[in-house]
Amino acid sequence: MNGPASGAALDNTIEDGAQPAPAADDRVVEIKNLSVTFDTADAPVYALSDVDLDIARGDFVSFIGPSGCGKTTLLRVIADLEKPTGGAIYVNGVSPVEAREGRAYGYVFQAPALYPWRTIERNVTLPLEVMGVPADERKERARRYLDLVNLGGFDKKFPWQLSGGMQQRASIARALSFDPDLLLMDEPFGALDEIVRDHLNEQLLRLWDKTGKTVVFVTHSIPEAVFLSTRIVVMSPRPGRIIDVIECGFPRDRTLDIRETPEFLEIAHRVREGLRAGHFYDD
Amino acid sequence: MTTEVAASVGSRRPSFLTRMAEGRALPIAVVSLAVLVIWYLGAIYLNAQLQIDRFDRAEQDWTARDLIVGTLSQDRPLLPAPHQILLEMNKTIFQTSITSKRSLVYHSWVTLSSTLLGFAVGCLLGILLAVGIVHVRTMEKSLMPWVISSQTIPILAIAPMIVVVLGAIGLKGLVPKAIISTYLCFFPITIGMVKGLRSPEILQMDLMRTYAASRWQTFWKLRWPAATPFLFASAKVAIAISLVGAIVGELPTGARAGLGARLLAGSYYGQTIQIWSALITAAILAGLLVALVGVIERIVLKRMGATP
Repeated sequence: MNGPASGAALDNTIEDGAQPAPAADDRVVEIKNLSVTFDTADAPVYALSDVDLDIARGDFVSFIGPSGCGKTTLLRVIADLEKPTGGAIYVNGVSPVEAREGRAYGYVFQAPALYPWRTIERNVTLPLEVMGVPADERKERARRYLDLVNLGGFDKKFPWQLSGGMQQRASIARALSFDPDLLLMDEPFGALDEIVRDHLNEQLLRLWDKTGKTVVFVTHSIPEAVFLSTRIVVMSPRPGRIIDVIECGFPRDRTLDIRETPEFLEIAHRVREGLRAGHFYDD
Repeated sequence: MTTEVAASVGSRRPSFLTRMAEGRALPIAVVSLAVLVIWYLGAIYLNAQLQIDRFDRAEQDWTARDLIVGTLSQDRPLLPAPHQILLEMNKTIFQTSITSKRSLVYHSWVTLSSTLLGFAVGCLLGILLAVGIVHVRTMEKSLMPWVISSQTIPILAIAPMIVVVLGAIGLKGLVPKAIISTYLCFFPITIGMVKGLRSPEILQMDLMRTYAASRWQTFWKLRWPAATPFLFASAKVAIAISLVGAIVGELPTGARAGLGARLLAGSYYGQTIQIWSALITAAILAGLLVALVGVIERIVLKRMGATP
């Protein structure tokens, strides 16, 4: 074993999916027997079936799985962008609708979804406008969060004047601008190249470490999931379900270097095994 | 030696003609010239019989040259020559006091005022209808068929009825004409705005949902700005047909002022030159109005971060 990220870290990593039950008031997301079925013209699609999951405050949880496994659907159910057809789900102890209406979370989509007619600054202040924050404070917060994602000085640019990576960073600043305790991120770095992605992963991790926010993160990259997460939820398609939950005990201030450690590779291996077990090679 | 000369000639900056050909100027000039030539030939051909009859009545010998000069300078030709129309327009636009009943500026203003009033009301109506259709499902089902069938009725048939009915309740002059303009121009606005207000992508709509934004906020911060380019595209069509509506509105009433009245008076008295100058003026007016909307469009969309 080499490096500081060993020993204690490894002890609680491989616990065979046993979920430590968090204290009731410490659960940000509580999901029981959740299922989502879409009615389509020919046959119903079971997007999610019998999903049980608790997410504790301060956790960084990744959903990983092949396309069609329902990871995005699960995130959208938490965000009340999709309605469950069975089971129960609570966000901050209330229904997702109430949580959404209480502006409990910031959501980062796969695409930046910036409004092209607004400058970067005014894109970041959009949620603040909706929530009725005074103009002075809006400006101040936009500056603060644009600096945080290294976009200081781009506030007066329009989205098309920025690269894809910069646009996605702006969309993260937008999600952070109203300081939600819960961040829901749907493959936010999926369209970016490796270098930019590594950089943003480190920034995100530092932000999470500093602010103590809860992050739910959808990805299909194994290294990304292992590097970022405290827990990795491995999912499988048809029907969409959870097949493994892997604890990942790296220190909160980890750096990209841990990707070379044996612990990292071991967890990555377990994730890969899980994905393989749940995958059908019918296409 | 000779090759060197050829090379240096080849690398010279492009000639005036080449640069014209690369731009838009040359094609436009060629088409305009062709139209003028065909027009003059047409004028000679159509007016020839009239001119020959006139020579015959005067028992006068004539040459081909006399015939051509004659056909292009009649008082009431079947088809006036372009220069006759231009002279008439020069006389009635620039050489006549704009308060005079003979001034085309005066008549244009009369038509323009009801065009603009009708356009403004039509835009408002069209936008309100679109907002209703986008937000209330039953409104789409109940209103859309009426909106569409309203445009299948020929305006020439309905215009006199509008004028007569409104005249009976004491509305005369500007308002009935503006209503006909409105009737024509709300349609492209509604169709364009329904499409525009529905143009935001799912992600953009979801985003508003995650902020628990009200319908009102979603409208002003997302749907409305997303629809703005559609509004301008529709407004260009609408303002041109609004002018047509105002002119049509002037025809059945025997209005004494306006471009429509000039057309009507011209046809009563066989003043073809007067008819054609009113027509050309109306066309220029329509072109200016569309261009004006285009300028406003460019300014507004630039402020909204449009890609140059």
